[in-house]
Amino acid sequence: MNAYETLLLDTASRDERLVVITAENRGHMRTVPPMLGDRFIDVGIAEQTMIGMAAGMAVRGRVVVTHALAAFLTMRAFEFIRDDVAITNAPVIMVGMVPGILSDGNGPTHQAIEDVSIMRGLPNMGVFCPCDEREFVDGMRALLESRRPWYVRYLNTPELPIDREPFVPGRAVTVRGASLHHPNVTILTYGFLTRQCIDAADQLRRHDLNVRVVNMRTLRPVDIEVICDAARRSELLVTVEDHFLTGGLASIVAETLIAHQIMLPVMNIGFTSWFKPGRLNEVLEHEGLSSTALARRIHERFTDIVHRAAQPPSPHQEISHV
Amino acid sequence: MTQTEVEELESAALRVRQHIIGMSTDGGCFIGASLSCADLLVYLYWKFLNVSPLTVHAEDRDLLLLSKGHDVPALYGVLAERGFISKERLKHHLSVDDDLYWHPNRNVSGVEFHSGSLGHLLSVGMGMALDARMKGLSTRVVVIMGDGELNEGSVWEACLVASALSLDNLIAVVDRNHFQANVRTEELVPLEPLAEKFRAFGWNATHVNGHEMTSLDECFGSLHLNTGSPTVVIADTRRGKGLPSIEEQADRWFCNFSAHEAEALLEELNGNARATITSEKLIVR
Repeated sequence: MNAYETLLLDTASRDERLVVITAENRGHMRTVPPMLGDRFIDVGIAEQTMIGMAAGMAVRGRVVVTHALAAFLTMRAFEFIRDDVAITNAPVIMVGMVPGILSDGNGPTHQAIEDVSIMRGLPNMGVFCPCDEREFVDGMRALLESRRPWYVRYLNTPELPIDREPFVPGRAVTVRGASLHHPNVTILTYGFLTRQCIDAADQLRRHDLNVRVVNMRTLRPVDIEVICDAARRSELLVTVEDHFLTGGLASIVAETLIAHQIMLPVMNIGFTSWFKPGRLNEVLEHEGLSSTALARRIHERFTDIVHRAAQPPSPHQEISHV
Repeated sequence: MTQTEVEELESAALRVRQHIIGMSTDGGCFIGASLSCADLLVYLYWKFLNVSPLTVHAEDRDLLLLSKGHDVPALYGVLAERGFISKERLKHHLSVDDDLYWHPNRNVSGVEFHSGSLGHLLSVGMGMALDARMKGLSTRVVVIMGDGELNEGSVWEACLVASALSLDNLIAVVDRNHFQANVRTEELVPLEPLAEKFRAFGWNATHVNGHEMTSLDECFGSLHLNTGSPTVVIADTRRGKGLPSIEEQADRWFCNFSAHEAEALLEELNGNARATITSEKLIVR
């Protein structure tokens, strides 16, 4: 039994309101259906019906956890999520499987890389993107008590070697370089790529770059203080995500910096189109998201910034994006 | 069909299955669904569809759409055997340097439309069928759907509209292998009586044994097209057909075999010793 199955079964035994639904995605919870009896429902490959049913149950007092592939959950059922879950502010937790780059060889139809964007655009909706299985389960335990709708990127990867802080929606956690008061670079990230960012930071350390890595954990609500603090302390602010730049963390940071009138060099790493399908490690390399590629890209940008700063300004120099 | 023709098709289907097994290692593929529709695709590309590598861009060619999508290794195998793509290229499956991955896309010659999310291509096929009718083309549009795919509401919307539009150059084929990802269809969302459902929506519906070339020939050779109604062929198949060690097993859907296991499965396919499979059983998709 995995940690998520344990959480669902423990919660169900204490809270008779809990109902678990899948749209034919029970592979990560094999033990749950027989244990939950009629509080486990598999609707088949019918994401819209699943969300409508979940909303109906939630407004009648239940807490409902739904599961489907992240792409089909957030996009096929989008209007049902918007109308039936978000507008009613119903306690429906929507867990999206194989989100982001984890769809590896499936191709663009299965790539949920706009999920954060469209879910955070909905009033009332929370967005949680854990960095490993432990954070996923810790966060889910809190969300099950939250009485509001959530979209969650499912992740069952091994525990990262990081310091933990209790899960609080809207509170990020620094996972590398917490003691650095003025890091050269702060990387803001979330989800699966947190591991790559930590490894990249360790590699950059060997190039005498002090790098702080912040795991955002929830993208809505978002930790505005952490973003502003990182922007004020760092020479370069980097966002890293397996998501389109539009609407994801890149946009969140841009919105935050504008709102607080902070200017500094910012580098956004993410997708501008669908990524090339293939084996996961090869995809990471191909898309420049492996730890080595991230370290190289960030090092190049930082060197470029330092180089520019050393140049005397030309009287007719145009303002350029860094 | 003569016995020689039947043997030619069966031999082609065997080679397609060998290609599928080749793609089930080093990253893996949805092998069960691919094996269930291999005979069907071989029959259609050898005997029914008016399309070849020479006419792959001809406007009046017949169009086949793989709506369930994850059976694409069978289509890759067929396209390689028919000369649309090179057999050598199948070795590039899952390489980021090529376009052969777990679902079809139009960068591969012979693939008419991409898929992956279920319940899309019946409506896309209807658009193509409608366009052909407006242009006065003889084009027939064949849409292969999985039986699990019929869970999706969009399929039944499309069925209503196809009937309303009298799309009689449209043929839906259901690969009725009685499984969806992790479970038997009838244990989850029962589909039967399936032919009656389609008939109630105004479709011509017929059954065929999806693994017998003579049955497929009798069925597709006698379809009543151009009679004002769309047609559905329900092909009774077995998931994993040809490999008894994985056939009709709920947890053998997506498989990533070791090289050794793939070798053993090739032996099993050829009727020799049954393979012993110990690799991880289920990867959720």
